[in-house]
Amino acid sequence: MPISAPSIAALLGKISRTPLSVMEVCGTHTVSVFRSGIRSILPPTLRLVSGPGCPVCVTDQGEIEAAISLLDRGAVVAAYGDMFKVPCKGGSLASKRSGGLDARVVTSAMEVLSIAVENPDREVVFLGVGFETTAPATAALVSEAARRGVPNLSVLSFHKRTPPAVELLAADPDLRLSGFLLPGHVCVILGHAPFRFLPEKYGLPGVIAGFEPDQILLGLAEIVRQHEQGAPALRSVYGTAVKKEGNTKALGLLEEVFRHRDAPWRGIGTIPDSGLGLRKAYESFDAEKRFSLSLLPGAPPAGCRCGEVLTGKIIPPECPLFRSACTPLSPVGPCMVSGEGTCGAYFRFYKGDRS
Amino acid sequence: MCLAVPHTIETILGEHRALAAAGAVRTEIRTDLVDDVEPGDTVLVHAGFAIEKLSPEDSEELKALWDELRALAGDPYAH
Repeated sequence: MPISAPSIAALLGKISRTPLSVMEVCGTHTVSVFRSGIRSILPPTLRLVSGPGCPVCVTDQGEIEAAISLLDRGAVVAAYGDMFKVPCKGGSLASKRSGGLDARVVTSAMEVLSIAVENPDREVVFLGVGFETTAPATAALVSEAARRGVPNLSVLSFHKRTPPAVELLAADPDLRLSGFLLPGHVCVILGHAPFRFLPEKYGLPGVIAGFEPDQILLGLAEIVRQHEQGAPALRSVYGTAVKKEGNTKALGLLEEVFRHRDAPWRGIGTIPDSGLGLRKAYESFDAEKRFSLSLLPGAPPAGCRCGEVLTGKIIPPECPLFRSACTPLSPVGPCMVSGEGTCGAYFRFYKGDRS
Repeated sequence: MCLAVPHTIETILGEHRALAAAGAVRTEIRTDLVDDVEPGDTVLVHAGFAIEKLSPEDSEELKALWDELRALAGDPYAH
């Protein structure tokens, strides 16, 4: 019998007895859940809650404003395309670019090295955002820039670590989560160890899953199985892509270039040790130091409830701006900007079905 | 940006650089984070970097899990 989505859904219906709330942490899971219509075949006992796993969405307003301030000071600012439409005081990266400032879209961090080499008389700054999946690319860029001695390149390192945010949500008494569907690609890098606190400290299942509908259903089935058998564990159902020890090369690079530091998450606040700043050995590439920036937590746009959406406390239709003032063409908050954002996913796919 | 797409390595271009294809789309990718890639290998590409090599076979772990789930559901075909 093949492991197919309908057969897993049928199994889920048979084994799920206790009501459970499971958080899917990753934005790509959120989108896949909607696109495939998984919710419509889940047993009524199983509720899925979307989490903070969209890098654009959790980047603090103050961090984006810092990047925009460097554009205003004449630097070239390179960023992943999703960051361009996030609205800020005084505009977005996209509107600044339309106004003649030099903001550039890159699809790979390493492109920034070429931009810096080709523009030796300009300061070139990379806006480093994202979790443990994009952080190794930024680390590779910094390491390579140091090796080649590229003096005009620097990085705003606003990368965030997933485990501290997951722990915050696991401990949240209001959320009462029963388990986590863990982000497959973050775990490709990190391996199993950083999430073992879920079963060991909180008695919660943590299951690493892939992104196809059948893989997500299999992950959910494993969470239900652990609950029904009273045996919470950290387990991967993602097949061979996730090794227990993670990607040791990427982990080595992260360790070489970054140190842990407190970081602001939009709508959540500062989470201790949840950020990745540059180590002292690489501080000459740290844009915060080079431009003497002092980062202030930014105020979210008035009325925007992205913070509560990111922590699974409300679903987007409960925000008064959803579909009225806030749409993908004219987003108020970042959860609507990104294709992986929970509000963007609800806008495209939500038809009023069960949350 | 936060999407990982499987690519097949076509040509090694130099140190840490390779040409890889996903369907009809060919891209230059970085291979700093993976060991010993060769043409024909399938890699998971995230923001321009290969983050892991993929094996074509399901792991034994996955098959074991499937059996456990079927046993719990009382599936007569479980073993």
